[in-house]
Amino acid sequence: MTIVDPIKETAPVDPNIVNITINDKPVAARKGELIIAAADRTEDFIPRFCYHPRMTPVGMCRQCLVEVETPRGPMMVVSCMTPVAEGQIVHTATDSVKKAQEGVLELLLANHPLDCPVCDKGGECPLQDQAFSHGPGESRFVEEKRHYEKPIAISDIVYLDRERCILCDRCTRFADEVAGDALITFTSRGNDTQVLTFPDEPFSSYFSGNTVQICPVGALTAKPYRFKARPWDLEQTESTCTSCSVGCRTVVQSSRDELVRYQGVDIDPVNWGWLCDRGRYNFESVNSPDRLTTPLIKSGSELVATSWSVALESAARMIRLALAQNTNSVAILGGARGTNEDAFAWAMLADKLGINQRDAQLGDGLSPEVFNLAQATIDQTCAASTIILLAPDLKEELPVLYLRVRDAAQKRKSRIVEFSSHDSGLTPYAWRSVGFEPGNQAQIVRDALATPEMKEQLTRGEVVVVVGRANLAESEVFTLQALAEIFAAVPSAKVLPVLRRGNVRGAVTAGLTPQNNSGDAIDILNAAAAGKIECLILLGVDPMSDVADSGLVQRALTQTKNLISIDTMINDSNRNADLVLPAASYGEKNGTTTNLEGRISNVAQKITPCGTSRPDWMIATELSIAMAVDIGVSSLEDLNKKLVSTVAAFAPSSDAKSTHGDGVLMARETPVTISGKASKAVDRNAYNYRLVVSRTMYDSAQATVSSPSLAGIITDSAIFVNPLDLARIGVADGASVRVGAEGTNIVIAIKAHNGVHRGVAWLPFNHTGVDIRPLLNITSDVVDVRIEPIK
Amino acid sequence: MSRLSDTNIKLAHEIIVRYPRPKSALIPLLHLSQEQNGYITREAMQHLGELVGVTSAEVYGTASFYEMFKFEPVGKYLINICGTMSCALMGANELMHHAEKKLGVKAGGTTPDGVFTLAHAECQAACTEAPTLQVNYRYRLRVTPADLDRLIDNLRDGKLNDEFPPHGVLSKVRQSIDATRAVGAKAPEDVNESPAWLDGKAAL
Repeated sequence: MTIVDPIKETAPVDPNIVNITINDKPVAARKGELIIAAADRTEDFIPRFCYHPRMTPVGMCRQCLVEVETPRGPMMVVSCMTPVAEGQIVHTATDSVKKAQEGVLELLLANHPLDCPVCDKGGECPLQDQAFSHGPGESRFVEEKRHYEKPIAISDIVYLDRERCILCDRCTRFADEVAGDALITFTSRGNDTQVLTFPDEPFSSYFSGNTVQICPVGALTAKPYRFKARPWDLEQTESTCTSCSVGCRTVVQSSRDELVRYQGVDIDPVNWGWLCDRGRYNFESVNSPDRLTTPLIKSGSELVATSWSVALESAARMIRLALAQNTNSVAILGGARGTNEDAFAWAMLADKLGINQRDAQLGDGLSPEVFNLAQATIDQTCAASTIILLAPDLKEELPVLYLRVRDAAQKRKSRIVEFSSHDSGLTPYAWRSVGFEPGNQAQIVRDALATPEMKEQLTRGEVVVVVGRANLAESEVFTLQALAEIFAAVPSAKVLPVLRRGNVRGAVTAGLTPQNNSGDAIDILNAAAAGKIECLILLGVDPMSDVADSGLVQRALTQTKNLISIDTMINDSNRNADLVLPAASYGEKNGTTTNLEGRISNVAQKITPCGTSRPDWMIATELSIAMAVDIGVSSLEDLNKKLVSTVAAFAPSSDAKSTHGDGVLMARETPVTISGKASKAVDRNAYNYRLVVSRTMYDSAQATVSSPSLAGIITDSAIFVNPLDLARIGVADGASVRVGAEGTNIVIAIKAHNGVHRGVAWLPFNHTGVDIRPLLNITSDVVDVRIEPIK
Repeated sequence: MSRLSDTNIKLAHEIIVRYPRPKSALIPLLHLSQEQNGYITREAMQHLGELVGVTSAEVYGTASFYEMFKFEPVGKYLINICGTMSCALMGANELMHHAEKKLGVKAGGTTPDGVFTLAHAECQAACTEAPTLQVNYRYRLRVTPADLDRLIDNLRDGKLNDEFPPHGVLSKVRQSIDATRAVGAKAPEDVNESPAWLDGKAAL
């Protein structure tokens, strides 16, 4: 007799669920899922080396063999290449499976050197771990192992030890599939197979550090961590990277109270486990010997060490003196490098003191109104039918966002429509790439979106505009006008604002943005240059190297009577400050940060702050007490409570737990729309070139310069033009030319670049060598330059 | 300059459009470049990468998989003497010693005049005719030391130019595929229609 279970019979069948059995236990798998992925949700671990959930399976290592029952008896299959099927019965630990897995491991170990005691991977090595858990215990291989030259440097950062390599294809697959930099491949064949670069072409990928993290053996090691620590000595805490505003989830690892490594953590909404090399390796700057340990105060023409009590008293006096004039003679610049709490504490202090002039952006961002437009998350962007790029080169400025957008295009989920003045990292993946001369974009965007094929594309589904400042030598107005044109064509479009500084969105939302219609950073600097600012507070910013117009900054800093800097190191801006307060750095403080999509996630302290340095919020609090305007904060928890209850956008993060893991999105207000009339910059004199100044991954930013592993990668300044324009100028590639704008000249190397449009000259910002900033004038709409050969 | 010559660039473009993806043309292009220079130069690999849109590392990875692509200069005539079982039994080792003495180079070496490269080879699949050798991959069967002497002399005197083109040349008559039969540089997933030569009538 058959007993019919009435509940089971009537239960709706989800077509996306496939029921399988793993080791006699029922498992609900997703349709198309691999056996190994389904097994990962159970307690039965299938050993593996080549399988990585974020990359295409290749079945390279054969370690994940399992048995699947078939009508002809059990069959051995590779679980990372076999999709689940209804009713499938899988065994992962039968005698024959064990024998097969032991056999594979014995083969993998045949050539593996077993130098675990001196290998950086020892202790956290999948090969080591699985040799213990799934290995045969001993080897029958008595012959001589394969020998190669011990580690060879395949880039400035990554070392390769080919003897240890088990040819799992993870690094090469990552380089090709995820990063798009297929600079390492398998070469030769059979027993000679090895991973190599092309001779003399290093693995200079911005994402090379990920290959080190996913290497299942110690074949790939990174210079900054080599022989620094053993895994069992490491302490770690989960945190969020604030090197740029993507907000990748990381673990921060330390040994003996010193940061030694960051590793990517896989979270779905943001970084999928990947990190860029800048974010991964700039922890070295936290350990820099140049870190400030005590407050410094000006005595004569020199900065001398002083105590916190003297320093805070002096700061209070300087601010009080300035406020005695009027509230407009004090200004705060910066705050985007700190936590939400840091920014909020300073905003509260500024509110109490009536300081309206504050700006976390440095004139190279976008007006905060872009945050009020309909917002898209990174996930929504990468699921949109059309991604319109009106943004800087994501590969250079927001590298992991580049990986996500590239993935969306590669997997044919989205089509990229790019508007730019020179080719970006995403140009090869763009469906349409439309060039424009800076200042003309609004018109170009309008015309491009009016073509029939584009109209058709825009109606296919969601449209997300990735918007940011692509050019430092161009007024913000043009980008906003172009954005308005897009909204005119697609009113339902959403926006992903890509402002690059770590926590700029959090700082602006917490209140470090111009209040009561006062001016922005550039107005502040102009006022300072005109002698109208008595006291200027630099909150973790170095405007001398971070603002395009260095002449203006120079005048502003000189004319300011009292300059207070809160920073981790001495830089060009605070070298002549009246007071420098040492700030705790990333990894030395707790709090929350906000990424470019408005995701609030926690940053965690791992090590003791350097010297007597303190977090920004603590400095603000103590200063408020010293100025008798107590902001009423006694602890970080206190401050966080105030933040989430005062600023509505942060309310979703009121439960501290929500900021862990995936984090939580800011509350959004009803979106407004943007409109505007398109204007066009003045026409370019045909003999001139229009300047595009943009940032690259490795520039002279403080965190890069003070990280020894990265500092050497920064290249010298050069100006790039189209090869046809180079021919017109009549000089050789690499020659020195004179570049002039409005009475200023610089002499700089010129290089041909196919990705630069004709009539445009591209200058990467803030590189070593020639200072290009004299050419830039932040108040002009666009900058045109003459390029002349040197006779 | 060991990038492709102008004539060969033209040929390369003809070859590329025969394939659904440009990079599928890599092996024929590697042969073309080996034909031009006698071996695969670094510059050629970089050039091929530019032509088919892959990195030089990928070109190198592909090329180094194959024994017949050489990365060091090779003599005009590459003499591969088989040394596997049947040939070994039939005197291949003696033949190799003889060749080494005759040419004055060890197996693997190239004569100073750059005419001959002597190499050891694995089974050439002609065991009934052992011992065998190949000159630029063209067979000589049941080779005696005297045969070898004569062969080398004749090659050196240019008497066998018709039979043995220089190393790298695949065939004396270049294959040509009519442009209408080309698939075109289109990714397979983008191809909706049948190839032109199928006329849309035949089922794929």
